[in-house]
Amino acid sequence: MTTTALEARIWQRFTPAQRIARFAVYLAMVTAVVMSIQSVEVIPEFLLDAPEQMADLLKRMWPVAFSYYPKGVHEALVETLHIATLGTILAVVMAFPIGIMAAYNITPSRPLNFVARLLLVASRSVNSLVWALLFVAVFGPGALAGTLAIAFRSIGFVGKLVGEAIEEANKGTIEALQATGAPWFSVLTKGYWPQIQPAFWSVVLFRWDINVRESAVLGLVGAGGIGMALDTAMNLFQWDRVAMVLVAIFAVVIIAEIAVTAIRKKII
Amino acid sequence: MNANAAAVRVAFPSNWWARAGWLLLVVYIVYACSLLDFTWARFMIGLDNGARFIGRMFPPNFARWETLLKGLTESIEIAVLASTLGILVSLPIGLLAARNLMPVWVTWPCRLLIALCRSFHPVIVAIVFVKALGFGALSGIAALTVASIGFIGKLFAEAIEEISLKQVEAVRATGAPFMNVITYGVLPQVFGRFIGFATYQLDSNLRNSTMVGIVGAGGIGGALFAAFQRFDYDFVCAMLLSIIFLIFAGELLATRVRAVFLERGKVDEE
Amino acid sequence: MTDVALSIKGLSKEYTRGKPVLRDISLDFGARGFTAVIGPSGTGKSTLIRCINRLVEPTAGAILFQGQDLVKLSGRALREARSGIGMVFQEYNLVERLTVMENLLTGRLGYVSPLKAWFRKFPQSDIDEAFDLLNVVGLAGFANQRADSLSGGQRQRVGIARAVMQHPKLVLADEPTSSLDPKTSVEIMTLIHDLGTAKNIPIIVNMHDVELAKRFADRIVGMSGGVVVYDGAPAGLTDVHLKTIYGGEDWLRA
Repeated sequence: MTTTALEARIWQRFTPAQRIARFAVYLAMVTAVVMSIQSVEVIPEFLLDAPEQMADLLKRMWPVAFSYYPKGVHEALVETLHIATLGTILAVVMAFPIGIMAAYNITPSRPLNFVARLLLVASRSVNSLVWALLFVAVFGPGALAGTLAIAFRSIGFVGKLVGEAIEEANKGTIEALQATGAPWFSVLTKGYWPQIQPAFWSVVLFRWDINVRESAVLGLVGAGGIGMALDTAMNLFQWDRVAMVLVAIFAVVIIAEIAVTAIRKKII
Repeated sequence: MNANAAAVRVAFPSNWWARAGWLLLVVYIVYACSLLDFTWARFMIGLDNGARFIGRMFPPNFARWETLLKGLTESIEIAVLASTLGILVSLPIGLLAARNLMPVWVTWPCRLLIALCRSFHPVIVAIVFVKALGFGALSGIAALTVASIGFIGKLFAEAIEEISLKQVEAVRATGAPFMNVITYGVLPQVFGRFIGFATYQLDSNLRNSTMVGIVGAGGIGGALFAAFQRFDYDFVCAMLLSIIFLIFAGELLATRVRAVFLERGKVDEE
Repeated sequence: MTDVALSIKGLSKEYTRGKPVLRDISLDFGARGFTAVIGPSGTGKSTLIRCINRLVEPTAGAILFQGQDLVKLSGRALREARSGIGMVFQEYNLVERLTVMENLLTGRLGYVSPLKAWFRKFPQSDIDEAFDLLNVVGLAGFANQRADSLSGGQRQRVGIARAVMQHPKLVLADEPTSSLDPKTSVEIMTLIHDLGTAKNIPIIVNMHDVELAKRFADRIVGMSGGVVVYDGAPAGLTDVHLKTIYGGEDWLRA
């Protein structure tokens, strides 16, 4: 063996640059947490009171007012489902052009890409509840506001994921089509669409599932659906009816998720 | 020519199922629209309203920027604390819920807990917490922590269930104690995906924290709702622009964090 | 043969009731030497190897190693026993996302507390030894490369080094060369054999390449139908024996 065997060999898992970067992130996280804890206003009495309040709430919710369902809940529930479905469909229709505009390999124009991405980010950043507030102010209370709110919120989601699927499409296939002299639109429909189809349906199903959940609460600001029944019951402190609404929402969400899982197995 | 070959060779056989599907879709749209009373007239009136509305929103009014800043800061704090708490709690729960590592009597209750956390919209959870914990940021933090557990817990458990058990077997064969097996056999395989959805949940919490204020759980949502009710639309516009900017910044930050931890400069390459 | 290091007595294993894969196997292994276990697929060679370090649970029998019956151990005692037995796998079973160095140090996990392991604080002697081993197996300079960026042969070298890092009293290898090309297979077998001789560790290898087995092993155990049908020196392995073990003659005409 040579004399180098006598040097202590040091093993470091990360390069110095990486260590600094990781340390910086950890430091930032800890700082954020500490600062937040210090400035968040927490009233200790409320915290201690919490279990008692929760127990009181649960007591008032029991027994669940199942009799309220046919009159007060059923129609609103159906309306909620329609809001979610129509909203998703509308979102898909609007998301396609924007998603295409955001993908560099279809629209080779960086400014257009940027504008499209900005639109998608804006759509995602504003909550469906806030969109609902906007549309209620414009179109008046009701399901129309709710549907548009769902649609506008979902554009960002669908558009971003579809855009990513488009960017990950096999370049070779597209090249081959372009080499045959196919027009831009044909390349789109015959080259990209078959490739992104599974991802597309997966995204649409996923978003519909989320939208069912979102539609249920839009009524709290007047945008239709079962949220309005919830709002009414809460304002009147009829907690047993509130419980009924919550149970109904829960049931619908579960059914939607089962449906989505079943459909997913069929087409993927 | 062979008589059989005279049978028509169809190049693109019609997919009747797909056609039926599209037709059904169109029928549904027409039906649902009529059910929800979407008439063209309403839409046109709405557009007119919309134009006037947008006119009132611009230019955005930042006069009350102190309220704005206070609300935004509170939203950020809610998101940070909820995400941290959510991650800390989800890690052990997700591990315990992994069916390839734990026995049934452990995974079942954990999976149930995670499913419960996921089932309810954060706003509904916030309403319940406002009743229990009072108005303010604490309710918001609690509500979003529940939402985080539901999301991260589920995805983390799924990631663990998809790992290669062969690598775990090898570590176990060296006689390593349980925690070492987890650290060296399980965690390296799921770390990349974990960073991916932890950063996603941070963004999601940031978004939700701007909204739970509408039901009184702290953050800028409260100011937003109040402005709507006062028809202060130019202030609303200012707040919306700030929120969009905040979320955008949050997403950029998340990308940077992913780059640092995933050591490949890009998002996880599963 | 010198003192007995590993003694298998009456080992049986049934995956499904009534269909034993191992029938009442009894074998003794000395404190040094290279034993190859050969036999057709499904005859229980892999099961035999994996019963020794309890990756597979035996249905009946005893396995005596270092004064203990391995079959009866559990919990901490089992782990301690395992840390004295190194294993090389057919598909390398490295932790793909960890570096070569981290995979090597995995071999020391039985000796390091979980907290230190989390922070990657291994004793300097371990680290020195790891670097030395990397040189020996011909992977100097690969310490910080991710395991999944290596070729098959390189990964198996890491797997072998990992096993040696445990300071084992016994090394088991479950078809270590089945996923490798012929040239690399010979290199890997040479490595295992030489390490075993240099560090005086008995080696039990399960393989399906008879020629390779005859070339490197001191002793050959042939299995068929769950029982041992040949146990002796490679030189004594005739075509008749091979026919008993593998059945059929066609494959013998190379």
